[in-house]
Amino acid sequence: MAGEAHETGGLTFHPLDQFIVKPLFGNCPPVDHSAAEGTAACVPPEIHWYTITNVTLWMAIAVACIFLLMVVGSRGRSIIPTRLQSIGELLYGFVHKMVEDVTGHEGVKYFPYIMTLFLFILFANFLGLIPMSFTTTSHIAVTAVLGFGVFIVVTMLGFVLNGSAFLGMFWMKDAPLILRPVIAIIEVISYFVRPVSHSIRLAGNIMAGHAVIKVFAGFAAIAAISPASILAIVAIYGLEVLVAGIQAYVFTILTCVYLKDALHPHH
Amino acid sequence: MATETAGTEVEAGMPQLDFSTFPNQIFWLVITLVVIYLILSRIALPRIGSVLAERAGTVTNDIAAAEELKKRAVAAEAAYDKALADARSEANRIVAAAKAEMQAELDVELRKADSEIAALTAESEKGLAEIRDSALASVTEVAKSTAREIVNVFGQGADASAVDAAVEVRIKG
Repeated sequence: MAGEAHETGGLTFHPLDQFIVKPLFGNCPPVDHSAAEGTAACVPPEIHWYTITNVTLWMAIAVACIFLLMVVGSRGRSIIPTRLQSIGELLYGFVHKMVEDVTGHEGVKYFPYIMTLFLFILFANFLGLIPMSFTTTSHIAVTAVLGFGVFIVVTMLGFVLNGSAFLGMFWMKDAPLILRPVIAIIEVISYFVRPVSHSIRLAGNIMAGHAVIKVFAGFAAIAAISPASILAIVAIYGLEVLVAGIQAYVFTILTCVYLKDALHPHH
Repeated sequence: MATETAGTEVEAGMPQLDFSTFPNQIFWLVITLVVIYLILSRIALPRIGSVLAERAGTVTNDIAAAEELKKRAVAAEAAYDKALADARSEANRIVAAAKAEMQAELDVELRKADSEIAALTAESEKGLAEIRDSALASVTEVAKSTAREIVNVFGQGADASAVDAAVEVRIKG
């Protein structure tokens, strides 16, 4: 996206500019400093909830990629899969096995929801690694909706399936009687911290990596440092590829673990 | 550092904490998740699940079919072996029967030949006996006549019948 309208000369660190949410249409033209001052200032369009922004664009690209992989890739329904189909089957088998292993057979009916989360995060993370792209999962607004969404759904599910027995999860029957209230308080606190850590972990990891790459890219403007800087960018980029996959996996498996607590609170 | 602020950009800290963009992001995220969920649950997951199940079924069927074919091959081999053994015993039986038949025929023929030989032997023995008897008779006759002649030569007119009797006694003795 066009956004870097900076003149060269001097170090320009704008590592966070890549995270700016901006409308796709109706933006002001890049400011022309040589133009005469005093011309009518262009008012940037306001971002309403329905405005089509770069968030919309990159989420739509993620949806398109998921559609391409999971639907178009498997359209042949071949017994001997094509390459795309076998990638789709690999992801299916990976998440399905994870859900089944962690939550047991009762959890398999929630597999489509967990697959939705996993594929969205995976594709958002990987699409964010394309240079000049926008990373939707680097925004706390996005990951908080995911994290708190999981938290609220799982908590509701726990009460619906187990009734008040769900609260037994906080009351450790194995612990000595004196310690039980203390442990219960700690358990409750840790339970409510879950969505916060769940969402900040994802956004923090993705944002930090992208910002560090941008910082190193800023150093690349200095001729003496640029080779080292570019090497560092390559290395961190490799690390970020790992992080993109691992964070999607971590988010998904933690969701499975929370779901397991709701399905079987007495473990 | 950068003296020029790029025009319209928000410069106040992290864009992540610009709450004015939250409704926008949340709205599009919810849309995205719903669309992905619908794509997955309506089309992609049932399809991939059925493909995987079908593949597992195909593999199981193929293994079962291979097992079946192997069983049939073993059965065919057993049948072949059995047919071979049967044919061999049948051949042995035929050989034994033929041998016994030949033996029986041979025995009959031998017996017939034996009896023929016995008959011939008996006949020739009879012939021989006749010859011997006639020879004996001739000898007796010659002895008698010779004795008579000798007695005559000696000049004693002997009774012929007495001579004969004497000769007869001598021959028998």
